[in-house]
Amino acid sequence: MSTAISLSDLKKSFGQMEIIRGVNLDIRKGERHAIIGPNGAGKSTLFHLISGHYQPTSGKVLLNGEDISGVMPHEIYRKGLARSFQVTNIFPNLNVYENIRCGALWSCDQGYSFWRQVDDLEDINLKTEQILEKINLTHRYKVSASLMSYAEQRALEIGITLAGGAQVIMLDEPTAGMSIGETEQAVELIRSVTEDKTLVIVEHDMGVVFDLADRISVLVYGKIIATDSPSAIRSNKLVQEAYLGTEMISDA
Amino acid sequence: MSHLTRICRAESVVRKKRLRILWLCFAVILLALPLVTSNFGITILTQICVASVFALAYNMLLGQGGMLSFGHAVYFGLGGYASIHLMELVGNGVPVPLVLTPLFGGLFGLIAAFLIGSFSTRRAGTVFAMISFGIAELVAASAIILVSFFGGEEGVSSDRTMGPAFFGYEMIPQIEVYYFAAVWFFLATYAMYHFSRSPAGRLANAVRDNAERTQFIGYNPQKIRLVSFVASGFFAGVAGGIFAIQYEIVTDSNLNTAASGLVMLQAYIGGIGYFVGPVIGAIVMTLLNTVVSGVTDLWLLYTGLLFIGTVLLAPNGLTGLIMMHTDAYHNRKLATLIKPYLLGMLPLTAAFIGVVSLLEMFSHRNEAAVGDDSMLLFYIDVDISTWFPWVGFTLLSLLGLAGLRVVIPVVRASWDAANEMQILSNSTINNESDS
Repeated sequence: MSTAISLSDLKKSFGQMEIIRGVNLDIRKGERHAIIGPNGAGKSTLFHLISGHYQPTSGKVLLNGEDISGVMPHEIYRKGLARSFQVTNIFPNLNVYENIRCGALWSCDQGYSFWRQVDDLEDINLKTEQILEKINLTHRYKVSASLMSYAEQRALEIGITLAGGAQVIMLDEPTAGMSIGETEQAVELIRSVTEDKTLVIVEHDMGVVFDLADRISVLVYGKIIATDSPSAIRSNKLVQEAYLGTEMISDA
Repeated sequence: MSHLTRICRAESVVRKKRLRILWLCFAVILLALPLVTSNFGITILTQICVASVFALAYNMLLGQGGMLSFGHAVYFGLGGYASIHLMELVGNGVPVPLVLTPLFGGLFGLIAAFLIGSFSTRRAGTVFAMISFGIAELVAASAIILVSFFGGEEGVSSDRTMGPAFFGYEMIPQIEVYYFAAVWFFLATYAMYHFSRSPAGRLANAVRDNAERTQFIGYNPQKIRLVSFVASGFFAGVAGGIFAIQYEIVTDSNLNTAASGLVMLQAYIGGIGYFVGPVIGAIVMTLLNTVVSGVTDLWLLYTGLLFIGTVLLAPNGLTGLIMMHTDAYHNRKLATLIKPYLLGMLPLTAAFIGVVSLLEMFSHRNEAAVGDDSMLLFYIDVDISTWFPWVGFTLLSLLGLAGLRVVIPVVRASWDAANEMQILSNSTINNESDS
């Protein structure tokens, strides 16, 4: 089985502080891979390193076998990796439709065109409408993004990430701050939209993790202490110690 | 085809139809305006065309791209200088129709914007603003020193009538200059609107809202800013080219920081959140600059007060004040606002006359020759050596301001009632007394 993302001895320091202390990880094509770990373990930093938001101090990131360490984020995106953010990161003054359409622009070969009219681009508008339907925001398409509810904004965040049709999707705590009902909907949404794609997800809700993931990696203090199937992770002694008890197991 | 697709198609058809009517109205108004004004009026109209193109170009940066420039007159001015030199060449026999001058000015502005924008657009916000300011000072200083291109303090001048006639059109009378400016105004506005609805224009909005996120949808924010900046420089240069034809002289005052500040005021007062905002700002400011400046020496003070008033009371500009009535219009309740607005106008007018008169009397007392105590205020002869006008206008101001305090809640209540149907309207719940 070929790998989508491969990290080898990846390190990141901020000044004296080493946050990621040598991560080795292979994420297979087509799997749903969750990264869990206590607060401050470096999960978001790891996301930033893979997506190009941060440059690694040392080590390598391979995307489909190609070295992407040190490459600009927009170029990594063009190679087929899209991500969402832990803190909602949308275009607040654009309406929902425009938000999604911006996310779909690059995949429709529009470049920086200033002579075509966005309203006349059939393929891009169709794509936008499909995404809107998937994330259940069709009826809200005219609303300014900043006026929507938190859960809707999270859905929009995922929609923007998906709109370009990337093969590798990285979601950073997509259900953070959602109610139980909203979380259930979000999980269904994520499951359906990542069909046949590679998903990397950071999540605190263990219910979501064990429900969704094919494999789980546990990140503690900048190192991955275990990567395995959900059932194996559940019974892993090291992991249980890291989580200080059995809370995780009873949750799942 | 999905349900939404059908709705979007239908909306798109309706909007296109409406737009076509709007463009037609715009063209007819431009064509018809000279018929209802004097010669002086036509000169002012030409000025409005120039100012509007420039302000629209400026707003491609500020309103649409989120880049605050303190030095955009550089591209206007460079376009103007280049146009004057082109006119000189044409006068010496180079066969180029002078009606194309703005295109040449635009290309010059475009090249300058590309050179400067390639490093200044790396960051938005304060860094961009400071670089733009520095460049503006640099170019303004060079304009005095580099005499061969800029002509020193006198600037450069030429003659628009020396070129070959363009289908019998020689641009000698002012009315022909107006139509020349109006056609370019129309073309430039159309092109800029087109740009705002292109992928590059939409991405400019995205970068304005959230530059970080655009990186993760496959775009380089710097490049998006550069595209907007270069396009804006082009249209600023076009405005400079129209200006050069109208005045036949360009000096450093056309590209210094004062000129850059003026276009910023125009865009802001008009409303940077709307495509037409800068045009409204350009019209108001040009009228202040020409008509009001002919009536009173204090016109700059009034311009400043208007700017402060806009920032404090109507952050979405004059256009915002108009657009905050769209909900009421859709609710078909616009008519219910007429009476409260008229009621509001009463104390507003009183306060306006009172305050302006006091300011004018102060100015007259300090500036006029000793013994010259009579002046004309709002068609009334006033003798400022007596106490009567001072007390009278003070009372009028106080009465007006007190009246406003009473009336504003009434006006606001009726505005709220007219907008009730909508859940969330624009964030422009401002002081109605301004409208």
